[in-house]
Amino acid sequence: MSIFDILGPIMVGPSSSHTAGAVKIGLIASRMLSVTPQNAKIFFHGSFAATGQGHGTDRAIVAGLLGMTPDDMLIPKSFEIAKKKGMEFEISEINIKDAHPNTVLLQLTADEGKELEIQASSIGGGRILINKLDGIDVNFTGDSPTLIVHNIDQPGHVAEVTSTLSHKAVNIATMQLYRDKRGGYAVMVIETDQPVPQESIKWLEHLEGIIKVTYVNVEGETYEL
Amino acid sequence: MSYSALKEIEEVCETEKIEFWEAVLLDDIDSRKVSKEDSINTMQSLWEAMQLAGDNYDKNEKSASGLVGGDGGRMESYYKENDTFCGSFISMVIAQALQMGESNACMKRIVAAPTAGACGVLPAVLLPLFREKGIANERIIESLYVTAGIGEVIAKRAFIAGAAGGCQAEVGTASAMASGALVHIKGGNAYQISNAVAMTLKNLLGLVCDPVAGLVEVPCIKRNVIGAMNALSCADMALAGITSKIPADQVIDAMRAVGERMDVSLRETSLGGLAATPYAKEITKRLAKQK
Repeated sequence: MSIFDILGPIMVGPSSSHTAGAVKIGLIASRMLSVTPQNAKIFFHGSFAATGQGHGTDRAIVAGLLGMTPDDMLIPKSFEIAKKKGMEFEISEINIKDAHPNTVLLQLTADEGKELEIQASSIGGGRILINKLDGIDVNFTGDSPTLIVHNIDQPGHVAEVTSTLSHKAVNIATMQLYRDKRGGYAVMVIETDQPVPQESIKWLEHLEGIIKVTYVNVEGETYEL
Repeated sequence: MSYSALKEIEEVCETEKIEFWEAVLLDDIDSRKVSKEDSINTMQSLWEAMQLAGDNYDKNEKSASGLVGGDGGRMESYYKENDTFCGSFISMVIAQALQMGESNACMKRIVAAPTAGACGVLPAVLLPLFREKGIANERIIESLYVTAGIGEVIAKRAFIAGAAGGCQAEVGTASAMASGALVHIKGGNAYQISNAVAMTLKNLLGLVCDPVAGLVEVPCIKRNVIGAMNALSCADMALAGITSKIPADQVIDAMRAVGERMDVSLRETSLGGLAATPYAKEITKRLAKQK
């Protein structure tokens, strides 16, 4: 968290948690999918479900999925823009156990069988936390460049990833490992101090036992007037 | 930011012989690995965005719900034509707080400080000081660092979202930030800043988040006014040498404890407080029909 998470962001109103944070969640989700989704199933939980419409949370999530940032003046018009761009979306309510009041679950699909399920919370002042990825518990903010590697839970993958990063002089800020069961489906979430080069991501994708690699680098808001 | 207590900032100021705002600036440079110039430029662009948001107010605009709009204009013409109880400066502050809150409700571009719902508090005191009282740009930038340091400590020890801790966490925090800025602008020290923070937060302790129909409109916009007025009075008290018996960090912790005990119906869910009044329910029903 930096002082510019407290002062700022420069954003379209009316709510930093319900509007700006929601745009950010949508944006990170679409960056992780790497394309604009063709279909989005949006499930609102808690306060997002109770008061989301009045705050434009619905339009904000869709705006983010379309690639807009929280200061985009077109956020109020995102439904119309989605229609023009051919992105279908469906909004409903859900009750997720033990989730933060401002939580949304997104199920996204795009061309070439691209799929992503992501659960994230807007925790105030426009800051967000991604707490579930394809059904596995995670915990990251998307504030730093973040590399997410999905792999089979077997020896060697962590070493492959860290040595690839070290080779490119990318410093690891934080690293988290998750799995559904021993020998099952594993996810590593690595936040870095430098951006991860595209070629490293391509290299990792081709390694045996690595199922999927996603990378998000949503730079901190650039304050342009 | 590495500070998790205002006391820590006070101590750094004392040992390093620096001012509150410098302690926050130096920490930003260190934690984000940016140059002093970069940090100040970012702050300057936020300040310019705040001024622009003030200029972009349109008194003829109404929010999508039709519930709010125009009050900032009404207050402005009133103080220009009448002898107000509050006097011209405070009246300007009131008008500015209303205007920024209304712009936010109309989905215009604003600067969250610390949140969008409380975005009117800080500009309400800073814009009239800058435009009418001739406070230098540089001084305002310094005071913005003060506000950021205060907000960050509150976010770390407690919360700044209404959904998490009620309006005391949103307008309360904004008010604390603004009072610190005001103390700095008048030359107050870190100890006085902490005392202003403690007093502002104490005054708004327990304030619930109960937006009618779930909109950041009623009562949010007018609560920006109380946030700004509270900041002014507490800054003046701190500058007069009045102290808070309870230290600022302990007040922040109390705010957290109160927020945690606050029923979920009073934390931005629109199930309690003003949002649960018959009139509010009627409005909610009417708006649902318009969907």
